Amino acid sequence: MNPSSEVPGLVSLIALRSPASGPDGAFLQCQNCKKIIFSVEFEQNLRVCPHCQHHHRLTAQIRIDWTFDEGSFVEHDTGLSSVDPLGFPDYGKKLEQLNAKGENHDSVLSGTATIEGLKVSAAVCDFAFIGGSMGSVAGEKITRALERGIELKCPVIIFCASGGARMQEGLLSLMQMAKTTGAVEKCRANGIPYIAVFTDPTMAGVLASYASVADVIIAEPKALVGFAGLRVSKQAGVGKVPDDFQTAEFVLKHGMIDRIVSRKELRATLAGLVRTLGGHLLHAEAEA
Amino acid sequence: MAKETAKTHKEWEKPLLELEDTIAKLREAARREADPVKQANYIEKAETYQEQCNRYVKLMYSNLGDWEKVLVARAEKRPYTLDYIQSIFNGFIELQGDRNGFNDNAIVGGPAEFNGRPVIVLGHQKGRNIQDRQMRNFGMAKPEGYRKAIRLFEMAERFRMPVISFVDTPAADPGVESESRGISEAIAAAMLKMFQLTVPTISVIIGEGGSGGAIGIAVSNRVLMLEHAVYSVIPPEGCAAILWRAPERAPEAAEALQITAKSALSFGIIDEIVSEPEGAAHRDPAGASDLIKEAVVRHLDELLLLSPAELHADRHAKFRKLGKFAETF
Repeated sequence: MNPSSEVPGLVSLIALRSPASGPDGAFLQCQNCKKIIFSVEFEQNLRVCPHCQHHHRLTAQIRIDWTFDEGSFVEHDTGLSSVDPLGFPDYGKKLEQLNAKGENHDSVLSGTATIEGLKVSAAVCDFAFIGGSMGSVAGEKITRALERGIELKCPVIIFCASGGARMQEGLLSLMQMAKTTGAVEKCRANGIPYIAVFTDPTMAGVLASYASVADVIIAEPKALVGFAGLRVSKQAGVGKVPDDFQTAEFVLKHGMIDRIVSRKELRATLAGLVRTLGGHLLHAEAEA
Repeated sequence: MAKETAKTHKEWEKPLLELEDTIAKLREAARREADPVKQANYIEKAETYQEQCNRYVKLMYSNLGDWEKVLVARAEKRPYTLDYIQSIFNGFIELQGDRNGFNDNAIVGGPAEFNGRPVIVLGHQKGRNIQDRQMRNFGMAKPEGYRKAIRLFEMAERFRMPVISFVDTPAADPGVESESRGISEAIAAAMLKMFQLTVPTISVIIGEGGSGGAIGIAVSNRVLMLEHAVYSVIPPEGCAAILWRAPERAPEAAEALQITAKSALSFGIIDEIVSEPEGAAHRDPAGASDLIKEAVVRHLDELLLLSPAELHADRHAKFRKLGKFAETF
């Protein structure tokens, strides 16, 4: 398997095919340190560079495969698809193209799964779909995933990877910020633990809504985490910024997230949180 | 006359302002003139110009384009939150600080009486002169602004006071300080707090409803919007910068984003458009205040019939249904 052909974050990653390469026939170049990585090693290392520990972006499907118990994920809300409510320039065409490519889950996959045998409701953003942006469909899926936690009395895990609200759906996208936050409020009122994982990138309208009000927030190392995108900041005249500005490390230092967890520790950390924070739900279930 | 490409409201209103200036000069001349014949002449001229001016105002404001609405919503002379608090409320006492090290002057609020009833009123505040604008950070709130709002929301809940919020911000502050103190969390937490309230809440978009900065204090049972206010997921300049890498194409972006009260109403995002006096709120602030008051009183009276649990559920239901998508089963 050559990840560069399917991982959106690796599109610029050069596959150096050479006669001397291994059975998978590919070496890759790390997006960050530019050193050469043998693709098999890259996969075994969960697409983390063995040289610089750079966490390359994952597709939603791979994220699911590597996080939850094998074959346990059942996708829900598959019938939802985006429309073009404003007739926004090129948006309808873009949706058609993505649909034609079979990309029909929009920017979020939602469903149920188990992690180390524990039941969870899950949603995973897909940055490959219009920058993981949150329009009506993404907002609806996130909301349903949170509500499903209440319905099934299990913790909710959401993997964030998004540039923010989807501007092509205008105000309707802004309203998804409120809608998803409302669902978080319902989870809180019902004692449903909600864990957010900030992956690269977690920005703007997603960060400023459901992502930031999770009970526990974990980030992957070096993930981009911030409120205003670079071009918007420039437009607003934001001057010089610190070197680590808008990174997982920056927001950890400023008390906005709980932990930075490397990809290989992530599954165990999530399972531990589900087991402890969701313990009361298991007890209630056992008693019932 | 009304050029699509004007960058500010002042520029767009220039012909009108010149005319008004001429009228003022004629009236002044008439006042000073001793000769009654000449005086009558000045007054007559002033009257003629005034009629022409009134016609212009009507013409210019009767069919504003999307970008023109942006200009009007941003107009320097447009009434701001404190203007409305002064004209519509009694006995306002401003409360300040986030109790966590900071105070934000871009969001103001406190208790006041509205239509004879104690309420919490708050809103974004912009400034009119250079110092004021800096002090108010152009109406762009930092985390401490939203945390002050959360304090006020909690107080409203404790003392069973309805909340009325005025929305008028280009955006939340995007600077380094704001990121350091968690602007995203502050906005999200303010929305979450609004969802928790069991008192009636009403928001009025009076000028610029700038994305996250706006929705942070606008998760209310009823959302009203002034006729010429705008409400948008992203500033048109930012949208143009992302889409075409050309902020100067903001007028096109404004159109594509459909930022008017009319579109917001058509998507069920707001509950009512509050009309503005002829020539927009800044030409008749008292008239605009009356129109806002009338609408808020009406909506508040309706909400006061609901129980605390119903108010909470009503707000959730209102936002839960927002969105447009297709679903196949």
